[in-house]
Amino acid sequence: MAPRSSTPADARGPRRRTALTVLVWLWVGLPLAYGLYELIDKATQLFTN
Amino acid sequence: MRFEVLAPSRAVAPPGWSRWLVPPAALSVHLSIGQAYAWSVFKPPLESALGLSGTQSALPFQLGIVMLGLSAAFGGTLVERRGPRWAMAVSLVCFSAGFLLAALGAATGQFWLIVFGYGFVGGIGLGIGYISPVSTLIKWFPDRPGLATGIAIMGFGGGALIASPWSSRMLESFGEQRGGIAAAFLVHGVVYAAFMALGVLLVRVPPDGWRPAGWEPDQRSRPLVTSAQVSARSAVRTPQFWCLWVVLCMNVTAGIGILEKAAPMIRDFFADTATPVSAPAAAGFVALLSLANMGGRLLWSATSDLIGRKNMYRVYLGVGALMYLAIARFGDGSKPLFICCALVILSFYGGGFATVPAYLRDLFGTYQVGAIHGRLLTAWSTAGVLGPLIVNWVADSQEDAGRSGSGLYGLSLTIMIVLLLVGFVANELVRPVHPRHHEPAASARTPERQEAPDGTPQQHSG
Repeated sequence: MAPRSSTPADARGPRRRTALTVLVWLWVGLPLAYGLYELIDKATQLFTN
Repeated sequence: MRFEVLAPSRAVAPPGWSRWLVPPAALSVHLSIGQAYAWSVFKPPLESALGLSGTQSALPFQLGIVMLGLSAAFGGTLVERRGPRWAMAVSLVCFSAGFLLAALGAATGQFWLIVFGYGFVGGIGLGIGYISPVSTLIKWFPDRPGLATGIAIMGFGGGALIASPWSSRMLESFGEQRGGIAAAFLVHGVVYAAFMALGVLLVRVPPDGWRPAGWEPDQRSRPLVTSAQVSARSAVRTPQFWCLWVVLCMNVTAGIGILEKAAPMIRDFFADTATPVSAPAAAGFVALLSLANMGGRLLWSATSDLIGRKNMYRVYLGVGALMYLAIARFGDGSKPLFICCALVILSFYGGGFATVPAYLRDLFGTYQVGAIHGRLLTAWSTAGVLGPLIVNWVADSQEDAGRSGSGLYGLSLTIMIVLLLVGFVANELVRPVHPRHHEPAASARTPERQEAPDGTPQQHSG
């Protein structure tokens, strides 16, 4: 059987999945980055005081 | 009434689903429920607004941790049967409802409602949420189970990092009277519900027979990594489960030994030196310990994929004991040495939490690993009581005996070393599970597979 040629819809699938992956990692990553920033800001007091 | 959308069969991943979408689903739950460790932010406002003592204002948190252990232990089998989407939905509802009830309690001045809401109802959300993604992550990442569970359990450590400054700022803007506290609880409940919803919508279980592309199970003979399956009911009847229970309990108790007294400890150790530690610097030390606790969850759990679980716990317990010894013998002579040893101990504390699901999977298989993990978390609850009790009792008795400075902690540190050595011995006693505990092959199929209408094996890309 001849391989099915890819359609624009097929090409959109991986792009959508990549966009979804980026979006969901940002969803959890941004609050975590905020928490880490605040923590490191506080931790530096150990060396500045 | 049954919510079909939450049924395990509806959560089976479609072809092409990326497994890298599953850790964020787990993180959205763990980053939320990790807020529990930031409860102390609410203590002073509650004490002044409702006229409570320090012991009273700690009650919602304490009940929450007790409920975490109980719901993880008793709800684990249900979580395995109903699947991760159901479990995350239950966690979302309980955790958010807990905040909403607490908001009502704060608004009406009814402290019992805050205890019931945040502690009892919210605590169920903590326990179910904590174990909800474990089994699913292990199935998606059979090649790197330590890394996968490390990411999720790191999230529990990270939750407090987010909540602590966020809650403080909210109380600053809403005010620290009853109305302000109620508004803060209300916003927490709504925002956490929205944040956790991502996990409920995103989580998927792999289809029957799924494997990462290009990955084959390691055929080398590794006696502590089983291909058999053990049920939760059988697992608690094995010596291996109880050895791991002791290992986790000892490791957590030893970590709490530092965590509980970190700020006064570093100040006492260097009180009589040329460079005493100020209160803000001690707060910075505590923050650094939190960072080590969180980083250790990811770093050491991922390392366990390379060196094996038993070796990793040898490091946690053996090197941990040496670090305590170094603090006891030379800690007051060198601030960098004291800080480095404490950071290593705290990274091992976090690593111990994050590595244990993969250790359970190695010993008991994936069949009911989430439920077994839930039962093992009773060791955490025990250590949560035992650790502070030992440390505070010893510190008080040493103070009564007229000791000061680093002398206040000598006995505590010795007790921690002994506890770690007990854990080390328990880890050495871990052997492969006897085949009489293994499930027959037919009954060891996962619940998702039993309920899925079509169990055709599929190969998806990793």
